[in-house]
Amino acid sequence: MVEEEGVRVVRCGGSELNFRRAVFSADSKYIFCVSGDFVKVYSTATEECVHILQGHRNLVTGIQLNPSNHLQLYSCSFDGTIKLWDYVDGILIKTFIVGHKLHALFAIARAEDSVFVTINKEKPDVFQLVSVKLPKSSSQEIEAKELSFVLDYINQSPKCIAFGHEGEYVAVVRDFYLSVYFFKKKKTSRFTLSSSRNKKRAKNNFTCVACHPKEDCIATGHKDGKIRLWRNFDDDKKYTYTCLHWHHDMVMDLAFSVTGTSLLSGGRESVLVEWRDAAEKNKEFLPRLGATIEHISVSPAGDLFCTSHSDNKIIVIHRNLEASAVIQGLVKDSNIFTGLMIDPRTKALVLNGKPGHLQFYSLQSDKQLYNLDIVQQEYINDYSLIQIELTKAAFGCYGNWLATVEQRQEKKTELEMQMKLWMYNKKTQGFVLNTKVNMPHEDHITALCFCNAEKSENPTLVTTSKDGHFKVWILTDDSDIYKKAVGWTCDFVGSYHKYQATNCCFSEDGSLLAVSFEEIVTIWDSETWELKCTFCQRAGKIRHLCFGRLTCSKYLLGATENGILCCWNLLSCALEWSAKLNVRVMEPDPNSENIAAVSRSSVGSDLFVFKPSEPRPLCIQKNISREEVQWGVFVPRDVPESFTSEAYQWLNRSQFYFLTKSQSLLTFSTKSPEEKLTPTSKQLLAEESLPNTPFYFILGKHRQQQHEKLNAALENELVQLPLTENIPAISELLHTPAHVLPSASFLCSMFVNSLLLSKESKSAEETPNDVDMEEEKESDDSDEENDFTEKVQDTDNTDLGEDIIHQLSKSEEKELRKFRKVDYSWITAL
Amino acid sequence: MGEFTVHRVRFFNYVPSGIRCVAYNNQSNRLAVSRTDGTVEIYNLSANYFQEKFFPGHESRATEALCWAKGQRLFSAGLNGEIIEYDLQALNIKYAMDAFGGPIWSMAASPHGSQLLVGCEDGSVKLFQITPDKIQFERNFDRQKSRILSLSWHPSGTHIAAGSIDYISVFDVKSGSAIHKMLVDRQFMGVSKRKCIIWGVAFLSDGTVISVDSAGKVQFWDSATGTLVKNHLIANADVQSIAVSDQEDSFVVGTAEGTVFHFQLVSVTSNSSEKQWVRTKPFQHHTHDVRAVAHSPTALISGGTDTHLVIRPLMEKVEVKNYDAALRKITFPHRRLISCSKKKQLLLFQFAHHLELWRLGSTVATGKNGDTLPLSKDADHLLHLKTKGPENIICSCISPCGSWIAYSTASRFFLYRLNYEHDNISLQRVSKMPAFLRSALQILFSEDSTKLFVASNQGSLHIIRLLEGSFKHLHTFQPQSGTVESMCLLAVSPDGNWLAASGTSAGVHVYNIKHLKLHCTVPAYNFPVTALAIAPNTNNLVIAHSDQQVFEYSIPGKQYTEWSRTIQKQGFHHLWLQRDTPITHISFHPKKPMHILLHDAYMFCIIDKSLPLPNDKTLLYNPLPPTNESDVIRRRTAHAFKISKIYKPLLFMDLLDERTLVAVERPLDDIIAQLPPPIKKKKFGT
Repeated sequence: MVEEEGVRVVRCGGSELNFRRAVFSADSKYIFCVSGDFVKVYSTATEECVHILQGHRNLVTGIQLNPSNHLQLYSCSFDGTIKLWDYVDGILIKTFIVGHKLHALFAIARAEDSVFVTINKEKPDVFQLVSVKLPKSSSQEIEAKELSFVLDYINQSPKCIAFGHEGEYVAVVRDFYLSVYFFKKKKTSRFTLSSSRNKKRAKNNFTCVACHPKEDCIATGHKDGKIRLWRNFDDDKKYTYTCLHWHHDMVMDLAFSVTGTSLLSGGRESVLVEWRDAAEKNKEFLPRLGATIEHISVSPAGDLFCTSHSDNKIIVIHRNLEASAVIQGLVKDSNIFTGLMIDPRTKALVLNGKPGHLQFYSLQSDKQLYNLDIVQQEYINDYSLIQIELTKAAFGCYGNWLATVEQRQEKKTELEMQMKLWMYNKKTQGFVLNTKVNMPHEDHITALCFCNAEKSENPTLVTTSKDGHFKVWILTDDSDIYKKAVGWTCDFVGSYHKYQATNCCFSEDGSLLAVSFEEIVTIWDSETWELKCTFCQRAGKIRHLCFGRLTCSKYLLGATENGILCCWNLLSCALEWSAKLNVRVMEPDPNSENIAAVSRSSVGSDLFVFKPSEPRPLCIQKNISREEVQWGVFVPRDVPESFTSEAYQWLNRSQFYFLTKSQSLLTFSTKSPEEKLTPTSKQLLAEESLPNTPFYFILGKHRQQQHEKLNAALENELVQLPLTENIPAISELLHTPAHVLPSASFLCSMFVNSLLLSKESKSAEETPNDVDMEEEKESDDSDEENDFTEKVQDTDNTDLGEDIIHQLSKSEEKELRKFRKVDYSWITAL
Repeated sequence: MGEFTVHRVRFFNYVPSGIRCVAYNNQSNRLAVSRTDGTVEIYNLSANYFQEKFFPGHESRATEALCWAKGQRLFSAGLNGEIIEYDLQALNIKYAMDAFGGPIWSMAASPHGSQLLVGCEDGSVKLFQITPDKIQFERNFDRQKSRILSLSWHPSGTHIAAGSIDYISVFDVKSGSAIHKMLVDRQFMGVSKRKCIIWGVAFLSDGTVISVDSAGKVQFWDSATGTLVKNHLIANADVQSIAVSDQEDSFVVGTAEGTVFHFQLVSVTSNSSEKQWVRTKPFQHHTHDVRAVAHSPTALISGGTDTHLVIRPLMEKVEVKNYDAALRKITFPHRRLISCSKKKQLLLFQFAHHLELWRLGSTVATGKNGDTLPLSKDADHLLHLKTKGPENIICSCISPCGSWIAYSTASRFFLYRLNYEHDNISLQRVSKMPAFLRSALQILFSEDSTKLFVASNQGSLHIIRLLEGSFKHLHTFQPQSGTVESMCLLAVSPDGNWLAASGTSAGVHVYNIKHLKLHCTVPAYNFPVTALAIAPNTNNLVIAHSDQQVFEYSIPGKQYTEWSRTIQKQGFHHLWLQRDTPITHISFHPKKPMHILLHDAYMFCIIDKSLPLPNDKTLLYNPLPPTNESDVIRRRTAHAFKISKIYKPLLFMDLLDERTLVAVERPLDDIIAQLPPPIKKKKFGT
């Protein structure tokens, strides 16, 4: 099916949306933002990503609409090229090769055949603003080497450069001065403010600049929160400025409205301030935007503003200061303590988000699904405050339960800690707080894990702590005369020679619990909580611990701080093998026996994928990242790939995502994940421009009915939780080593049960295989229903897909496309 | 053990009164300032902002308006309903004329200076014709409903704008009828029950009327149509004053929050002729209401309830960035309010309506340099002498022996004899003062307290011999023929032979008292004299001018001394010339003839004529070198100017005896504490 190429590390979504100012299309329908090596086109109405313009080979650093054709977009990148795009169709029109690393791009209407870019020469901190002549040529790739120098020693950030009305001058700020270069007079005026060594200790540093679109007026933002409006700056002596002061901290960005009647400013206060008529007393606020405003941009039509925030979010705001759309990417501005997790229901990546929140991030659509407020306290944005931090989280019981740990430590002895257990509520489709445990342990919790075995009738959670104990929490009946309720209570407290408990792990079937106490691994029976045996290798404290899965479930793996990876055989209770490997991340694949380990060496991080039973690793990927890899996770694939090459087989069922220290989310792929995205987005675009044809009236009605029917059916179906694993219970029974199997009487009922269920699930599982991949793309799979469990969605797809396939064959669809082009609006008028 | 024991006096409870009006005269570059107690002061902006002249206040004459007309003529009007013209030569009031319209709130002189307009409590606007020696009522304009608080002439003189309560009227001068009535919103965007008071209006030549009001707005009106053009809300409190520059390209407004805002007319784009008014810089130099602002060609001038007069130069108008481009803040009068009896260790403090006599404390303790010595006897408030009548005291003096006190108001001269019996003190007024002794500008006793010298406001100098309980008029030096200029400063030589007197502009005259004739006249200098003193023994006259130059003139030799010539040749240190405040007092060390002691408000200096003069490269303000340094270094770094900045603001400093100094300070915080509380403003982060 898929030709195998070399597996390579790709940046997968989650890239910054707030790196540069977003740009509106001329009709305010689309918003463009740079995102890593791509430019993303979002619809301002639906918040949906419509196109991804890809072609740059390095970070895109600037985008601007083509002033002479507002359906085209310029972009520049570190790869030294300027590309011209047709954003409506997502087509690359031209590539101009400049050769220098380009840091920012400006296109103004006056200079028709040239654009302005910032480059840096020689010294790392010396940037120049140059104008690049774009030669007219019909070829796709054109060399544009004709650079003419405009200004030297400027700030790297494009926020510090602004072009005046009709492009008559350019204003540039850096440190304590403002330079204005007049293109006609070819003259530079420079205005200097006193540096911070002055009496009042005012932080006069310039941070950003904006030019009035109609008048000779320059607005500059400063580090102390002041905004200065400069006028008469064509005269070195008579220049004058006004101060506007509301922000208490650095002004992050400024923008004038299209008519220039109001000025927008934003900063760390997360409040968008609109200064009307540039008057200090006449200002409007849009507060509580959630995070520091990094950039502000204004649509050329004047009806929309947008703010980019430090939590990787773009908010589209109406002219009347009402937020209308939020485009939220992966939040990256906090430390990741929880690691990467996969929500079993939505298959979303779960990790720390905004302070005190867990974010659910869809890897498929590269957007945040939702935020779960864990701490549930007002966040006060102050550097000096010690905040409550969400340190641990774990999902259990197929996403029915979520356990979180938050802590705050002001002094060594004053630890505040809370463990919260959240239950998934099917009605509200969200997590609801069930149990709150104050100080579950005396000291920091080092690990927590749920028992995820299928058979376990009672949800079990284990926490380990530095205080030397591990605690087992079980769900008990908490009903009273008023209501039926369940709650979590501590069932067992275990310890081992007062060593700090560092890790815990349940075996796949839930019968065994492994808890590491510094250098020693202890194995406990999960039925009776008896200590079964201990392993000690004296090779340093255990950093990671995990059981093998499936055929390898007799193995226990431990990685120590001294760089030893050990594998113990649970049957012989002996060390099977050990290897010298400085393991930073160790993650088992839930769908196979494979275990991925990322090791850190002096040059970079290396990935090893191995089976515990085999001494030779399946795959070694050297130098996957220059930085330290902090977290990794296997994400099960929706549709298994079929790599035949042995080295890539481990990627068949799951995909491995990892997060580096600089918080870039990377994965392995033979093709870029965006390729998969494009069909759906294209379809969305097509749907958006779909005129109301007679067919629409017929089909649309029908479709709506279908939806209603489906929804009704779904509500009934919601209660059942079919198995997602497609391995038959029998084979599982046979694969499982005898020593871990529970008693035969217990097995019997389970076996029968699994047979009963398997009948139903089989029908649901087989159907998606019947549907061809292409048809699935073509079919109208409704993404809005993302929130339902994967299983349900699958059935949904099939039902819908079948219906449409019946009604619309390929030729019919072509017919339909033709009809689209014909205007049928007269029908509505009838 | 230091060189001097210093009495650090901080019980002079002087509070200057708040500034009510400021009027700038472009022709002579002078500034007239009126205070709430009716005092009018004239500052010469070209002479280093020196307070040249002053007219004492009067309890019933609260000035509400001040203006210059016909070039050099100064008028004021107040709540007693009188228009007053001041005689700037004789330093007295020329005449007062009732306008018969109740209290006068506003006054404006016509652009050509021939007419004077006053706005009265009863709503009338009255036009006066200015004749060469008086003013003459011409006619009333249409009477308005409420008081006229502000007035402004159109530069062509054809129209006027009058600000009242809740509306602005535009009058045609020819017909005297109101052609427009422009109603002002009581509050910016909203309603308020409080009336909107138009504190100030300004009529520009293009027909724009700018108004400032109690709702905190600055509004631009089109006088042709009577419509509002633009609105700037700049303050939460009243905007109380406005002043427009002569070029009409900038104006300044003062608010009750103490902020002064500058507005400028800037072109919208560099290549279009369209211009707009833009609020540019705010200045927060005041803590209280800014009641008055003025706009000189190069500076913004503001004054208010917090008693400071602030002169803020406009950087873009200053040609060279020298010391003139610095901000000036004038708080204290540039004249002496304190006199001292060295023998009895008494200090006489002059207030607006009373005098206080204090005996200095004493100590028996000794200590190191810089120590604060404990007092064995506290300072004693001996006497509180209230004036009779509503007039303010012009000047006062205590004799060196401490047994005579003399003071003068604008119409009467008082002389008292003090008798000390142990701790008791008795006061006896010397009655039957001669008729010619009505008002004095300066009073001085001779060193042996036998003679009294009085500079009267007719320009004459009277010499009076004091006897036990009585007096005898000895002689009167009549002013130089043709001049009526009054003498403001007097100095007598310790041996009693010479008397030096100086007026506001002409040179210093030296009289021989023995022969009762004019001895000589020191060559005239461009800048006014701020302090005079005659050295003992040598009879050298030391003169300090407002440009910070100091001259030494030998009276017997009738020429400048060698030292004075040297220092003129070499020039003073640039930092010395850049000081803000004039030297107000000069004295001499009885045992060290080479020393001259002088002080201004921020420093005290001993000039040692035997030491080399500092050049611009040396440190002027050298801290006293540590004593453990070798003498060589000390000699190398030493220069003639030994300056101490410990005591500030310093109102008076004198040498009581060889080892004792008295310094009278008036900390600004103490003045602020006595002012009414300012408008409370929320400060961020508090």
